[in-house]
Amino acid sequence: MKYTDSKDHAELSEQFNRDEARVDWHDKTLWFIREKRDKAAWQILEWEQLRETASQIKNNVLSNLHSYLLQFEKNAQQNGVTVHWASTPEEHNELVLSIIQKHGVANIVKSKSMLTEECHLNEYLSKQGIDVVDTDLGERIVQLAGEPPSHIVLPCIHWKKEEIGELFHQHLGTPKGNADPQFLTAAAREHLRQRFMTSKVAITGVNFGVAETGEVVVCTNEGNADLGVQLAEVHIACMGIEKIIPLRKHLGVFLRLLARSATGQPITTYSSHFNKPREGQEMHIILVDNGRSERLGSADFRNALKCIRCGACFNTCPVYRRSGGHSYHTAVAGPIGSILAPGLDMKKNADLPFASTLCGSCSNVCPVKIDIHDQLYKWRQVIVQNGNVSTTKKVGMKSMSFILSNPGVYKVSGAVGRWVIKHFPFIVNNKFNPWYKQREMPKAPEQSFGEWYSKNRKP
Amino acid sequence: MKVGLFVPCYIDQFYPQVAIATLELLEKSGVEVGYPSKQTCCGQPMANSGFEHLTQSCNDLFLENFAEFDYIVSPSGSCVLHIKEHLHIENHEAKVLKIREKVKELTEFLTDIIQLKNISAKFPHKVGLHQSCHGQRGLKLAQMSELVAPAFSKSESLLNMVEGIELISLNRKDECCGFGGTFCVAEEAVSVKMGKDRVADHILHEAEFITGSDMSCLMHLEGILRRQNSKVKVKHIAEILNAK
Repeated sequence: MKYTDSKDHAELSEQFNRDEARVDWHDKTLWFIREKRDKAAWQILEWEQLRETASQIKNNVLSNLHSYLLQFEKNAQQNGVTVHWASTPEEHNELVLSIIQKHGVANIVKSKSMLTEECHLNEYLSKQGIDVVDTDLGERIVQLAGEPPSHIVLPCIHWKKEEIGELFHQHLGTPKGNADPQFLTAAAREHLRQRFMTSKVAITGVNFGVAETGEVVVCTNEGNADLGVQLAEVHIACMGIEKIIPLRKHLGVFLRLLARSATGQPITTYSSHFNKPREGQEMHIILVDNGRSERLGSADFRNALKCIRCGACFNTCPVYRRSGGHSYHTAVAGPIGSILAPGLDMKKNADLPFASTLCGSCSNVCPVKIDIHDQLYKWRQVIVQNGNVSTTKKVGMKSMSFILSNPGVYKVSGAVGRWVIKHFPFIVNNKFNPWYKQREMPKAPEQSFGEWYSKNRKP
Repeated sequence: MKVGLFVPCYIDQFYPQVAIATLELLEKSGVEVGYPSKQTCCGQPMANSGFEHLTQSCNDLFLENFAEFDYIVSPSGSCVLHIKEHLHIENHEAKVLKIREKVKELTEFLTDIIQLKNISAKFPHKVGLHQSCHGQRGLKLAQMSELVAPAFSKSESLLNMVEGIELISLNRKDECCGFGGTFCVAEEAVSVKMGKDRVADHILHEAEFITGSDMSCLMHLEGILRRQNSKVKVKHIAEILNAK
């Protein structure tokens, strides 16, 4: 699902904040997950060492990505898997379509994959007359609602159970007014079972691709990836090229970190290893670049490729919790999305690195130690240098720079400013001042510290 | 020991009492304090808005004002962090590097350099401590709740030396207040909501005062408190450590 709204993060989050009770609910729901994550992390005494190890493994992967990818391809091929390479979302989507068409299939199942969101695969396939059903419950809910996911791990975290009851009533024919989670889950299960049984092609995402063995590992809580793949004649695994890990034993590091960081669980219910197609089945792996190799060449921003998509930075982000995933208008929202998206389309996503206070909590929860908040700062510089900034802001910053560059001008401006606030408060206390909308301006003192100092201390 | 007092621009203009308290605290601790009168701003407002390239004259001024001191002390973790991370001047990198090592936030200076063991201050009130992010996560002035690591807090240790003070606990002990520099106006809705939530946590735990080591966060929280006609006041940590 693509975003068509042209509003920026500030406007979209202003809309989100019109219902304050809902913001409180959203914030508390996600904070609860952050706290669960903390508890899970504290169960592991060597947690910080584990993060450091994961970070180092990923650094090694990024420095040797070329050879690991070729090793992975060779081993996967030896396992009987067909490996494809796609440099753009279009190439990826066309590859998927050609495999589906080869088998003459009109409906398929998919288990949650952020990469296919990034490539807008569902939209593309539906235009070609292919019906895709997302089988992850949360993903299915947003699909029925015609929305993109608002979170990479918890795609429908912005929906309340009563609203899901109403959605299911409309689409699945459940009784009106029934919002019992167990009942609704059973209804979804029934509905999805029929699709699982009849789909010849199953698409999955990939959490880890092991270079040593050529296998892919998919982590789910619902077992939907397994069910889809085991019942289908064709398995297509779509994978970003950065998902490589060198050795199978490295899963001992990443699987311990992934679910604890994501939801506070010790491990996902299913960690499914797909090595080779079963007899009579076809298995394809599509390796997607989409800007990743370009990113690899950028010293400031390559670390973002270490991401294992746990979503911990979303849950801890005080801005995300109070603005909702859709305010980021991109497939991957939150802090990590704000450093990935400008690399894909700088102009369209120029607002996102500014949707942060640079508080740094994201970098601290990141299980692979991505310097997220430092990259947000660096993206701001790049975005402004590339001219993606309003004239008002440019002029404002230039005048600020002029005042602050000249101690004499600064002193006079400060004195004038304080005098104006004191004697003509309406000049600043009005609707054109965003500070004043919900906050009082600071009171203007009689004298600045500089003035006080010159009277009270010897020069 | 010669210490240069680095006063952030908004403290100079709007909160002179914070700079006065900082000056008096430093004088009491027995160091020689100088205040270079030609200082303006560290340049952070421009840099954080993506205009680091416009901060050159601010950087030049900073070097000119503060090169001579043994230490540079400021009552703001955020401004200190900016200098530590982003002060660059072409062809003067050696001098600049020294400055970046010598610049200290006030509580950091009192704890690590002066190694203050007691304070003659009295503040018989219930106080909530707001951990400002740049000081905490940037300068490591306190342990961060995200990490599995032993707790410490330089601000809290200093405040606990103040007679009569009662530090309250918070539900979220180190969540950002939403000030964020130009974020506070560019993302007004989220900024205010974050501030309201911080304020509510302090009020829930019956704080009479909210303190912290960054006046910018406190200015934002004060704006919200005053709009709500709340009796809760903000006070910079320097004012409490210097309270008679």
